[in-house]
Amino acid sequence: MGSGRLYLAVAVGGFRRYATYRAATAAGVFTNTVFGVILVYTYLALWDEKPHLGGYDQTQAVTYVWLGQCLYATLAIQGGGAEKDLMQRIRTGEIAVDLYRPADLQLWWLAGDVGRALFQMLGRGVIPFAFGALFFPMALPADVTLWAAFAVTLLLATLVSFAIRYLAALSVFWLMDGMGVNQALMITGVFFSGMVLPLNAFPGVLGEIVRVLPWAAQIQMPADVLMGETDPLRAYAFQAAWAVVLLAAGRLVQSAATRRVVVQGG
Amino acid sequence: MWIRSAMTYRASFVVTVFGNLLVTGLDFVAILLMFSQVDSLGGWSLPEVAFLYGLSATAFGIADLTFGSMDVLGGRMRDGSFDTLLVRPVPVLAQVAADHFAVRRLGRITQGALVLGWGLLAVDVDWTAAKVLLVPVMLVCGGVIFCAVFVAGAAFQFLAQDAAEVQNAFTYGGTTLLQYPPTVFGKDFVRGVTFVLPLAFVNWVPASYVLERPYPLDLPSWTAFASPLVAAVCCALAGLAWRAGLRSYRSTGS
Repeated sequence: MGSGRLYLAVAVGGFRRYATYRAATAAGVFTNTVFGVILVYTYLALWDEKPHLGGYDQTQAVTYVWLGQCLYATLAIQGGGAEKDLMQRIRTGEIAVDLYRPADLQLWWLAGDVGRALFQMLGRGVIPFAFGALFFPMALPADVTLWAAFAVTLLLATLVSFAIRYLAALSVFWLMDGMGVNQALMITGVFFSGMVLPLNAFPGVLGEIVRVLPWAAQIQMPADVLMGETDPLRAYAFQAAWAVVLLAAGRLVQSAATRRVVVQGG
Repeated sequence: MWIRSAMTYRASFVVTVFGNLLVTGLDFVAILLMFSQVDSLGGWSLPEVAFLYGLSATAFGIADLTFGSMDVLGGRMRDGSFDTLLVRPVPVLAQVAADHFAVRRLGRITQGALVLGWGLLAVDVDWTAAKVLLVPVMLVCGGVIFCAVFVAGAAFQFLAQDAAEVQNAFTYGGTTLLQYPPTVFGKDFVRGVTFVLPLAFVNWVPASYVLERPYPLDLPSWTAFASPLVAAVCCALAGLAWRAGLRSYRSTGS
Protein backbone atom coordinates (compact mmCIF):
# COMPACT_ATOMS: atom_id res chain seq x y z
CA MET A 1 0.00 0.00 0.00
CA GLY A 2 2.78 2.38 0.99
CA SER A 3 4.75 1.78 -2.20
CA GLY A 4 1.60 2.29 -4.27
CA ARG A 5 1.32 5.77 -2.81
CA LEU A 6 4.96 6.43 -3.64
CA TYR A 7 4.52 5.64 -7.33
CA LEU A 8 1.31 7.63 -7.41
CA ALA A 9 3.22 10.61 -6.04
CA VAL A 10 5.89 10.15 -8.72
CA ALA A 11 3.18 10.04 -11.41
CA VAL A 12 1.57 13.19 -10.06
CA GLY A 13 5.00 14.82 -10.11
CA GLY A 14 5.44 13.87 -13.77
CA PHE A 15 2.02 15.31 -14.56
CA ARG A 16 2.66 18.58 -12.75
CA ARG A 17 6.09 19.04 -14.19
CA TYR A 18 4.77 19.12 -17.73
CA ALA A 19 1.72 21.13 -16.68
CA THR A 20 4.06 23.96 -15.65
CA TYR A 21 4.89 24.92 -19.22
CA ARG A 22 1.58 26.35 -20.35
CA ALA A 23 2.80 28.42 -23.29
CA ALA A 24 4.81 25.47 -24.57
CA THR A 25 1.72 23.28 -24.34
CA ALA A 26 -0.37 25.82 -26.24
CA ALA A 27 2.37 26.01 -28.88
CA GLY A 28 2.33 22.23 -29.16
CA VAL A 29 -1.43 22.20 -29.61
CA PHE A 30 -1.11 24.72 -32.43
CA THR A 31 1.66 22.79 -34.15
CA ASN A 32 -0.16 19.46 -33.91
CA THR A 33 -3.29 21.06 -35.34
CA VAL A 34 -1.44 22.56 -38.31
CA PHE A 35 0.31 19.27 -39.07
CA GLY A 36 -3.02 17.47 -38.71
CA VAL A 37 -4.63 19.71 -41.32
CA ILE A 38 -1.73 19.21 -43.76
CA LEU A 39 -1.82 15.42 -43.29
CA VAL A 40 -5.61 15.26 -43.63
CA TYR A 41 -5.44 16.93 -47.04
CA THR A 42 -2.71 14.60 -48.28
CA TYR A 43 -4.55 11.52 -46.99
CA LEU A 44 -7.77 12.68 -48.62
CA ALA A 45 -5.92 13.04 -51.93
CA LEU A 46 -4.41 9.59 -51.47
CA TRP A 47 -7.73 7.94 -50.59
CA ASP A 48 -9.29 9.81 -53.50
CA GLU A 49 -6.95 8.00 -55.88
CA LYS A 50 -7.35 4.68 -54.11
CA PRO A 51 -10.56 4.36 -52.11
CA HIS A 52 -10.51 1.80 -49.27
CA LEU A 53 -6.72 1.77 -49.11
CA GLY A 54 -5.76 -0.47 -46.19
CA GLY A 55 -9.43 -1.20 -45.52
CA TYR A 56 -10.16 2.39 -44.42
CA ASP A 57 -12.62 4.74 -46.03
CA GLN A 58 -11.92 8.49 -46.19
CA THR A 59 -13.51 9.37 -42.86
CA GLN A 60 -11.53 6.61 -41.16
CA ALA A 61 -8.30 7.90 -42.71
CA VAL A 62 -9.14 11.37 -41.36
CA THR A 63 -9.87 9.93 -37.92
CA TYR A 64 -6.54 8.13 -38.02
CA VAL A 65 -4.70 11.41 -38.72
CA TRP A 66 -6.22 13.23 -35.74
CA LEU A 67 -5.70 10.27 -33.47
CA GLY A 68 -2.04 10.27 -34.49
CA GLN A 69 -1.74 14.00 -33.66
CA CYS A 70 -3.46 13.35 -30.33
CA LEU A 71 -1.11 10.50 -29.39
CA TYR A 72 2.06 12.03 -30.82
CA ALA A 73 3.13 13.73 -27.59
CA THR A 74 1.17 11.40 -25.31
CA LEU A 75 3.13 8.33 -26.37
CA ALA A 76 6.30 10.33 -27.08
CA ILE A 77 6.30 8.80 -30.57
CA GLN A 78 9.42 10.76 -31.48
CA GLY A 79 11.01 10.25 -28.07
CA GLY A 80 11.34 13.01 -25.53
CA GLY A 81 9.58 11.45 -22.55
CA ALA A 82 11.04 9.98 -19.36
CA GLU A 83 13.86 8.31 -21.30
CA LYS A 84 15.41 11.70 -22.06
CA ASP A 85 15.95 12.43 -18.35
CA LEU A 86 17.00 8.86 -17.65
CA MET A 87 19.71 9.06 -20.31
CA GLN A 88 20.90 12.34 -18.87
CA ARG A 89 21.11 10.85 -15.37
CA ILE A 90 23.00 7.82 -16.58
CA ARG A 91 25.46 9.98 -18.47
CA THR A 92 26.12 12.31 -15.56
CA GLY A 93 26.18 9.52 -12.98
CA GLU A 94 23.20 10.85 -11.04
CA ILE A 95 21.62 7.47 -11.65
CA ALA A 96 23.62 6.29 -8.59
CA VAL A 97 21.26 8.36 -6.45
CA ASP A 98 18.24 6.72 -8.06
CA LEU A 99 19.68 3.29 -7.35
CA TYR A 100 19.93 4.14 -3.68
CA ARG A 101 16.24 4.96 -3.44
CA PRO A 102 14.05 2.36 -1.75
CA ALA A 103 12.04 2.08 -4.95
CA ASP A 104 12.14 -0.04 -8.04
CA LEU A 105 14.01 1.78 -10.82
CA GLN A 106 11.78 0.65 -13.68
CA LEU A 107 8.52 1.31 -11.81
CA TRP A 108 9.79 4.70 -10.68
CA TRP A 109 10.46 5.87 -14.24
CA LEU A 110 7.28 4.22 -15.51
CA ALA A 111 5.21 6.12 -12.94
CA GLY A 112 6.79 9.43 -13.97
CA ASP A 113 6.21 8.68 -17.64
CA VAL A 114 2.57 7.73 -17.09
CA GLY A 115 2.02 11.07 -15.36
CA ARG A 116 3.68 12.84 -18.28
CA ALA A 117 1.60 10.90 -20.81
CA LEU A 118 -1.63 11.74 -19.01
CA PHE A 119 -0.82 15.43 -19.05
CA GLN A 120 0.23 15.42 -22.71
CA MET A 121 -3.01 13.65 -23.57
CA LEU A 122 -5.24 16.14 -21.74
CA GLY A 123 -3.16 19.25 -22.36
CA ARG A 124 -1.92 18.65 -25.84
CA GLY A 125 -3.84 15.79 -27.43
CA VAL A 126 -7.51 16.45 -26.84
CA ILE A 127 -7.74 19.88 -28.50
CA PRO A 128 -6.30 18.91 -31.92
CA PHE A 129 -8.56 15.84 -31.86
CA ALA A 130 -11.62 17.95 -31.03
CA PHE A 131 -10.62 20.45 -33.73
CA GLY A 132 -10.45 17.58 -36.23
CA ALA A 133 -13.84 16.25 -35.17
CA LEU A 134 -15.33 19.72 -35.51
CA PHE A 135 -14.02 20.65 -38.95
CA PHE A 136 -13.58 17.31 -40.74
CA PRO A 137 -15.86 14.30 -41.13
CA MET A 138 -14.63 11.62 -38.74
CA ALA A 139 -15.62 8.02 -38.09
CA LEU A 140 -16.25 8.11 -34.35
CA PRO A 141 -18.36 5.47 -32.62
CA ALA A 142 -21.51 6.35 -30.70
CA ASP A 143 -21.08 3.21 -28.64
CA VAL A 144 -19.71 3.82 -25.12
CA THR A 145 -18.22 0.34 -24.81
CA LEU A 146 -15.99 1.01 -27.83
CA TRP A 147 -14.69 4.17 -26.18
CA ALA A 148 -14.00 2.20 -23.01
CA ALA A 149 -12.18 -0.46 -25.02
CA PHE A 150 -10.23 2.34 -26.68
CA ALA A 151 -9.18 3.70 -23.27
CA VAL A 152 -7.76 0.29 -22.35
CA THR A 153 -5.72 0.11 -25.58
CA LEU A 154 -4.35 3.58 -24.79
CA LEU A 155 -3.15 2.37 -21.42
CA LEU A 156 -1.47 -0.66 -22.98
CA ALA A 157 0.01 1.55 -25.72
CA THR A 158 1.54 3.76 -23.02
CA LEU A 159 3.17 0.70 -21.45
CA VAL A 160 4.64 -0.51 -24.75
CA SER A 161 5.85 2.99 -25.63
CA PHE A 162 7.55 3.33 -22.26
CA ALA A 163 9.08 -0.16 -22.47
CA ILE A 164 10.70 0.61 -25.84
CA ARG A 165 12.12 3.95 -24.67
CA TYR A 166 13.30 2.50 -21.35
CA LEU A 167 15.31 -0.16 -23.16
CA ALA A 168 16.77 2.49 -25.43
CA ALA A 169 17.74 4.66 -22.47
CA LEU A 170 19.48 1.78 -20.69
CA SER A 171 21.80 1.38 -23.68
CA VAL A 172 23.47 4.60 -22.52
CA PHE A 173 25.06 2.57 -19.70
CA TRP A 174 27.25 1.10 -22.43
CA LEU A 175 27.25 3.87 -25.06
CA MET A 176 27.77 6.80 -22.63
CA ASP A 177 25.95 9.15 -25.01
CA GLY A 178 22.34 9.17 -26.07
CA MET A 179 22.56 11.18 -29.32
CA GLY A 180 22.53 8.21 -31.67
CA VAL A 181 19.94 6.30 -29.65
CA ASN A 182 17.64 9.32 -29.64
CA GLN A 183 17.91 9.57 -33.38
CA ALA A 184 17.15 5.86 -33.74
CA LEU A 185 14.11 6.27 -31.46
CA MET A 186 12.91 9.15 -33.58
CA ILE A 187 13.23 7.33 -36.89
CA THR A 188 11.77 4.02 -35.74
CA GLY A 189 9.04 5.74 -33.76
CA VAL A 190 7.81 7.96 -36.58
CA PHE A 191 8.07 5.30 -39.23
CA PHE A 192 6.96 2.10 -37.50
CA SER A 193 4.25 3.67 -35.31
CA GLY A 194 2.45 4.73 -38.45
CA MET A 195 2.84 8.51 -38.04
CA VAL A 196 3.67 8.86 -41.75
CA LEU A 197 1.04 6.44 -43.06
CA PRO A 198 -1.35 4.00 -41.38
CA LEU A 199 0.44 0.66 -41.05
CA ASN A 200 -2.36 -1.16 -42.86
CA ALA A 201 -1.67 1.03 -45.92
CA PHE A 202 1.98 -0.11 -46.08
CA PRO A 203 2.49 -2.28 -49.16
CA GLY A 204 3.21 -6.03 -49.31
CA VAL A 205 5.72 -7.76 -47.09
CA LEU A 206 6.83 -4.47 -45.53
CA GLY A 207 3.27 -4.01 -44.34
CA GLU A 208 3.14 -7.49 -42.86
CA ILE A 209 6.38 -6.88 -40.98
CA VAL A 210 5.50 -3.47 -39.55
CA ARG A 211 2.13 -4.72 -38.34
CA VAL A 212 3.72 -7.32 -36.01
CA LEU A 213 6.44 -5.05 -34.60
CA PRO A 214 5.83 -3.53 -31.12
CA TRP A 215 5.38 -0.03 -32.57
CA ALA A 216 2.10 -1.22 -34.10
CA ALA A 217 0.72 -1.26 -30.55
CA GLN A 218 0.93 2.53 -30.37
CA ILE A 219 -1.34 4.20 -32.93
CA GLN A 220 -2.57 1.44 -35.20
CA MET A 221 -4.13 -0.72 -32.47
CA PRO A 222 -5.97 2.08 -30.63
CA ALA A 223 -7.17 3.45 -33.98
CA ASP A 224 -8.47 0.08 -35.14
CA VAL A 225 -10.23 -0.55 -31.83
CA LEU A 226 -11.86 2.89 -31.83
CA MET A 227 -13.11 2.51 -35.38
CA GLY A 228 -14.29 -1.05 -34.83
CA GLU A 229 -11.80 -2.45 -37.35
CA THR A 230 -10.46 -5.08 -34.99
CA ASP A 231 -11.65 -7.18 -32.07
CA PRO A 232 -10.57 -5.37 -28.87
CA LEU A 233 -9.47 -8.64 -27.26
CA ARG A 234 -7.12 -9.36 -30.14
CA ALA A 235 -5.63 -5.87 -29.79
CA TYR A 236 -5.22 -6.28 -26.03
CA ALA A 237 -3.45 -9.61 -26.51
CA PHE A 238 -1.06 -8.12 -29.05
CA GLN A 239 -0.28 -5.05 -26.94
CA ALA A 240 -0.02 -6.93 -23.64
CA ALA A 241 2.28 -9.56 -25.13
CA TRP A 242 4.69 -6.88 -26.35
CA ALA A 243 4.42 -4.96 -23.08
CA VAL A 244 5.33 -8.05 -21.04
CA VAL A 245 8.20 -9.05 -23.32
CA LEU A 246 9.70 -5.55 -23.50
CA LEU A 247 9.26 -4.74 -19.80
CA ALA A 248 10.84 -8.08 -18.88
CA ALA A 249 13.72 -7.37 -21.25
CA GLY A 250 14.02 -3.98 -19.58
CA ARG A 251 14.37 -5.61 -16.16
CA LEU A 252 16.98 -8.01 -17.47
CA VAL A 253 19.06 -5.29 -19.10
CA GLN A 254 18.60 -3.10 -16.04
CA SER A 255 20.09 -5.70 -13.69
CA ALA A 256 23.01 -6.19 -16.07
CA ALA A 257 23.49 -2.45 -16.36
CA THR A 258 23.32 -1.59 -12.68
CA ARG A 259 26.04 -4.12 -11.97
CA ARG A 260 28.29 -1.92 -14.09
CA VAL A 261 27.73 1.18 -12.01
CA VAL A 262 30.76 2.27 -10.06
CA VAL A 263 30.13 5.09 -7.63
CA GLN A 264 33.13 7.37 -7.31
CA GLY A 265 33.84 8.57 -3.83
CA GLY A 266 34.91 12.08 -3.02
CA MET B 1 33.62 27.64 -32.73
CA TRP B 2 30.48 25.50 -33.06
CA ILE B 3 31.93 23.84 -36.15
CA ARG B 4 35.13 23.01 -34.34
CA SER B 5 33.26 21.66 -31.35
CA ALA B 6 31.26 19.40 -33.63
CA MET B 7 34.39 18.16 -35.38
CA THR B 8 36.01 17.18 -32.10
CA TYR B 9 34.03 13.96 -32.06
CA ARG B 10 34.56 12.93 -35.64
CA ALA B 11 32.77 9.58 -35.54
CA SER B 12 29.82 11.07 -33.69
CA PHE B 13 29.70 13.89 -36.27
CA VAL B 14 29.57 11.49 -39.20
CA VAL B 15 26.86 9.47 -37.47
CA THR B 16 24.74 12.56 -36.77
CA VAL B 17 25.04 13.86 -40.36
CA PHE B 18 23.99 10.43 -41.58
CA GLY B 19 21.21 10.27 -39.01
CA ASN B 20 20.05 13.73 -40.04
CA LEU B 21 19.92 12.56 -43.64
CA LEU B 22 17.74 9.63 -42.54
CA VAL B 23 15.44 11.72 -40.36
CA THR B 24 14.88 14.34 -43.02
CA GLY B 25 14.47 11.63 -45.65
CA LEU B 26 11.54 10.12 -43.78
CA ASP B 27 8.97 12.44 -45.32
CA PHE B 28 10.17 11.47 -48.78
CA VAL B 29 9.90 7.82 -47.76
CA ALA B 30 6.30 8.61 -46.81
CA ILE B 31 5.72 10.01 -50.31
CA LEU B 32 7.33 6.93 -51.86
CA LEU B 33 5.08 4.73 -49.73
CA MET B 34 2.05 6.62 -50.96
CA PHE B 35 3.16 6.24 -54.57
CA SER B 36 3.65 2.52 -54.04
CA GLN B 37 -0.15 2.44 -53.81
CA VAL B 38 -1.15 5.03 -56.43
CA ASP B 39 0.18 6.47 -59.69
CA SER B 40 -0.60 10.09 -58.98
CA LEU B 41 -1.44 12.33 -56.06
CA GLY B 42 -3.73 15.28 -56.66
CA GLY B 43 -3.10 14.65 -60.37
CA TRP B 44 0.70 14.98 -60.07
CA SER B 45 3.14 12.17 -60.89
CA LEU B 46 5.96 10.97 -58.65
CA PRO B 47 8.76 12.82 -60.56
CA GLU B 48 6.74 16.03 -60.38
CA VAL B 49 6.17 15.61 -56.65
CA ALA B 50 9.87 14.80 -56.25
CA PHE B 51 10.65 18.07 -58.04
CA LEU B 52 8.41 19.98 -55.61
CA TYR B 53 9.85 18.08 -52.67
CA GLY B 54 13.45 18.67 -53.72
CA LEU B 55 12.90 22.41 -54.15
CA SER B 56 11.13 22.79 -50.83
CA ALA B 57 13.52 20.58 -48.84
CA THR B 58 16.68 22.16 -50.27
CA ALA B 59 15.43 25.74 -49.86
CA PHE B 60 14.37 24.92 -46.32
CA GLY B 61 17.72 23.23 -45.69
CA ILE B 62 19.54 26.44 -46.68
CA ALA B 63 17.41 28.46 -44.26
CA ASP B 64 17.76 25.84 -41.53
CA LEU B 65 21.55 25.87 -41.87
CA THR B 66 21.73 29.64 -41.43
CA PHE B 67 18.79 30.47 -39.14
CA GLY B 68 17.79 27.06 -37.77
CA SER B 69 19.16 27.89 -34.32
CA MET B 70 16.48 30.51 -33.75
CA ASP B 71 14.52 28.18 -31.49
CA VAL B 72 17.19 28.34 -28.76
CA LEU B 73 16.32 32.02 -28.40
CA GLY B 74 13.40 31.39 -26.02
CA GLY B 75 15.61 29.32 -23.74
CA ARG B 76 18.30 32.01 -23.77
CA MET B 77 15.76 34.66 -22.81
CA ARG B 78 14.48 32.51 -19.96
CA ASP B 79 17.89 31.76 -18.45
CA GLY B 80 19.12 35.30 -18.99
CA SER B 81 22.08 34.42 -21.20
CA PHE B 82 20.48 36.42 -24.01
CA ASP B 83 21.70 39.58 -22.28
CA THR B 84 25.32 38.72 -23.02
CA LEU B 85 24.52 38.82 -26.74
CA LEU B 86 23.19 42.34 -26.39
CA VAL B 87 26.40 43.83 -25.06
CA ARG B 88 28.69 42.33 -27.71
CA PRO B 89 29.64 44.60 -30.63
CA VAL B 90 28.13 42.24 -33.23
CA PRO B 91 24.56 42.38 -34.57
CA VAL B 92 22.35 40.31 -32.29
CA LEU B 93 20.69 38.55 -35.21
CA ALA B 94 24.06 37.33 -36.52
CA GLN B 95 24.97 36.02 -33.08
CA VAL B 96 21.71 34.18 -32.67
CA ALA B 97 22.10 32.67 -36.13
CA ALA B 98 25.58 31.45 -35.29
CA ASP B 99 24.48 30.14 -31.90
CA HIS B 100 24.71 26.33 -31.89
CA PHE B 101 25.52 26.45 -35.61
CA ALA B 102 25.19 22.84 -36.62
CA VAL B 103 26.99 21.50 -39.65
CA ARG B 104 24.98 18.30 -39.32
CA ARG B 105 22.15 20.24 -40.92
CA LEU B 106 24.01 19.70 -44.19
CA GLY B 107 22.22 16.36 -44.11
CA ARG B 108 18.93 18.08 -44.89
CA ILE B 109 20.35 20.00 -47.87
CA THR B 110 22.07 16.90 -49.22
CA GLN B 111 18.91 14.86 -48.98
CA GLY B 112 16.80 17.58 -50.60
CA ALA B 113 19.35 18.08 -53.38
CA LEU B 114 19.46 14.36 -54.12
CA VAL B 115 15.69 14.17 -54.51
CA LEU B 116 15.71 17.39 -56.57
CA GLY B 117 18.41 15.96 -58.84
CA TRP B 118 16.37 12.84 -59.44
CA GLY B 119 13.21 14.88 -59.93
CA LEU B 120 14.93 17.11 -62.52
CA LEU B 121 16.12 14.08 -64.48
CA ALA B 122 12.82 12.23 -64.24
CA VAL B 123 10.26 14.96 -65.04
CA ASP B 124 8.99 15.19 -68.56
CA VAL B 125 9.71 18.84 -69.42
CA ASP B 126 10.76 20.72 -72.56
CA TRP B 127 13.56 22.69 -70.97
CA THR B 128 13.96 26.29 -72.13
CA ALA B 129 16.53 28.82 -70.96
CA ALA B 130 13.94 30.54 -68.76
CA LYS B 131 12.96 27.26 -67.08
CA VAL B 132 16.56 26.23 -66.45
CA LEU B 133 17.32 29.64 -65.00
CA LEU B 134 14.27 29.57 -62.78
CA VAL B 135 15.46 26.52 -60.81
CA PRO B 136 18.41 28.18 -59.02
CA VAL B 137 16.31 31.34 -58.58
CA MET B 138 13.66 29.24 -56.81
CA LEU B 139 16.25 27.68 -54.52
CA VAL B 140 17.76 31.02 -53.49
CA CYS B 141 14.44 32.87 -53.13
CA GLY B 142 12.87 29.89 -51.37
CA GLY B 143 15.77 29.81 -48.95
CA VAL B 144 15.38 33.54 -48.31
CA ILE B 145 11.62 33.25 -47.76
CA PHE B 146 12.16 30.46 -45.23
CA CYS B 147 14.89 32.54 -43.55
CA ALA B 148 12.35 35.36 -43.18
CA VAL B 149 9.91 32.92 -41.57
CA PHE B 150 12.61 31.82 -39.12
CA VAL B 151 13.45 35.42 -38.21
CA ALA B 152 9.78 36.37 -37.85
CA GLY B 153 9.33 33.32 -35.60
CA ALA B 154 12.28 34.44 -33.51
CA ALA B 155 10.77 37.90 -33.22
CA PHE B 156 7.57 36.28 -32.00
CA GLN B 157 9.52 34.60 -29.22
CA PHE B 158 10.16 37.99 -27.66
CA LEU B 159 6.42 38.03 -27.06
CA ALA B 160 5.82 34.39 -26.27
CA GLN B 161 9.14 33.37 -24.64
CA ASP B 162 8.17 29.76 -23.95
CA ALA B 163 6.48 28.96 -27.25
CA ALA B 164 9.31 28.09 -29.62
CA GLU B 165 7.19 25.30 -31.00
CA VAL B 166 4.72 27.68 -32.67
CA GLN B 167 7.56 28.41 -35.05
CA ASN B 168 7.73 24.73 -36.01
CA ALA B 169 4.21 24.90 -37.36
CA PHE B 170 5.32 27.50 -39.90
CA THR B 171 8.84 26.27 -40.67
CA TYR B 172 8.60 22.47 -40.59
CA GLY B 173 4.88 22.63 -41.35
CA GLY B 174 5.57 24.96 -44.26
CA THR B 175 8.17 22.73 -45.86
CA THR B 176 5.99 19.63 -45.37
CA LEU B 177 3.10 21.43 -47.02
CA LEU B 178 5.13 22.47 -50.06
CA GLN B 179 6.28 18.90 -50.62
CA TYR B 180 2.80 18.03 -51.90
CA PRO B 181 1.04 19.47 -54.96
CA PRO B 182 -1.20 22.51 -54.36
CA THR B 183 -4.12 20.57 -55.87
CA VAL B 184 -4.15 18.39 -52.75
CA PHE B 185 -5.17 21.25 -50.46
CA GLY B 186 -8.38 23.19 -50.01
CA LYS B 187 -8.78 26.52 -51.85
CA ASP B 188 -8.84 28.65 -48.69
CA PHE B 189 -5.77 26.90 -47.40
CA VAL B 190 -3.87 27.60 -50.63
CA ARG B 191 -5.06 31.22 -50.50
CA GLY B 192 -3.58 31.51 -47.00
CA VAL B 193 -0.14 30.25 -48.03
CA THR B 194 -0.15 32.42 -51.13
CA PHE B 195 -1.34 35.81 -49.90
CA VAL B 196 -0.90 35.76 -46.12
CA LEU B 197 2.24 33.65 -45.63
CA PRO B 198 3.55 33.59 -49.21
CA LEU B 199 5.16 30.15 -49.07
CA ALA B 200 3.59 29.27 -52.44
CA PHE B 201 6.33 31.34 -54.07
CA VAL B 202 9.01 28.97 -52.78
CA ASN B 203 8.00 26.31 -55.29
CA TRP B 204 4.27 25.92 -56.11
CA VAL B 205 3.91 28.99 -58.34
CA PRO B 206 7.29 28.95 -60.16
CA ALA B 207 7.21 25.13 -60.45
CA SER B 208 3.82 25.39 -62.16
CA TYR B 209 5.57 27.39 -64.89
CA VAL B 210 8.41 24.87 -65.23
CA LEU B 211 6.08 21.86 -65.29
CA GLU B 212 3.46 23.68 -67.42
CA ARG B 213 0.77 23.00 -64.88
CA PRO B 214 -2.22 25.27 -64.21
CA TYR B 215 -1.24 27.92 -61.66
CA PRO B 216 -2.67 27.58 -58.15
CA LEU B 217 -5.66 29.94 -57.72
CA ASP B 218 -5.40 30.79 -61.47
CA LEU B 219 -2.71 33.37 -60.78
CA PRO B 220 -1.46 35.33 -63.82
CA SER B 221 1.57 33.76 -65.49
CA TRP B 222 4.03 36.54 -64.58
CA THR B 223 3.73 35.53 -60.90
CA ALA B 224 6.05 32.60 -61.65
CA PHE B 225 8.85 35.17 -61.74
CA ALA B 226 7.70 37.12 -58.69
CA SER B 227 9.62 35.04 -56.14
CA PRO B 228 12.56 37.49 -55.77
CA LEU B 229 10.13 40.33 -55.10
CA VAL B 230 8.19 38.24 -52.58
CA ALA B 231 11.43 37.20 -50.89
CA ALA B 232 12.55 40.84 -50.61
CA VAL B 233 9.24 41.92 -49.06
CA CYS B 234 9.34 38.98 -46.62
CA CYS B 235 12.84 39.96 -45.55
CA ALA B 236 11.85 43.57 -44.97
CA LEU B 237 8.83 42.58 -42.88
CA ALA B 238 10.78 40.00 -40.88
CA GLY B 239 13.51 42.56 -40.26
CA LEU B 240 10.98 45.06 -38.96
CA ALA B 241 9.41 42.42 -36.71
CA TRP B 242 12.82 41.46 -35.37
CA ARG B 243 13.68 45.09 -34.54
CA ALA B 244 10.34 45.65 -32.85
CA GLY B 245 10.83 42.46 -30.84
CA LEU B 246 14.37 43.36 -29.83
CA ARG B 247 13.23 46.81 -28.68
CA SER B 248 10.49 45.37 -26.56
CA TYR B 249 12.89 42.97 -24.83
CA ARG B 250 13.04 43.22 -21.05
CA SER B 251 15.56 41.04 -19.31
CA THR B 252 14.43 38.44 -16.77
CA GLY B 253 15.84 40.69 -14.09
CA SER B 254 17.03 37.93 -11.83
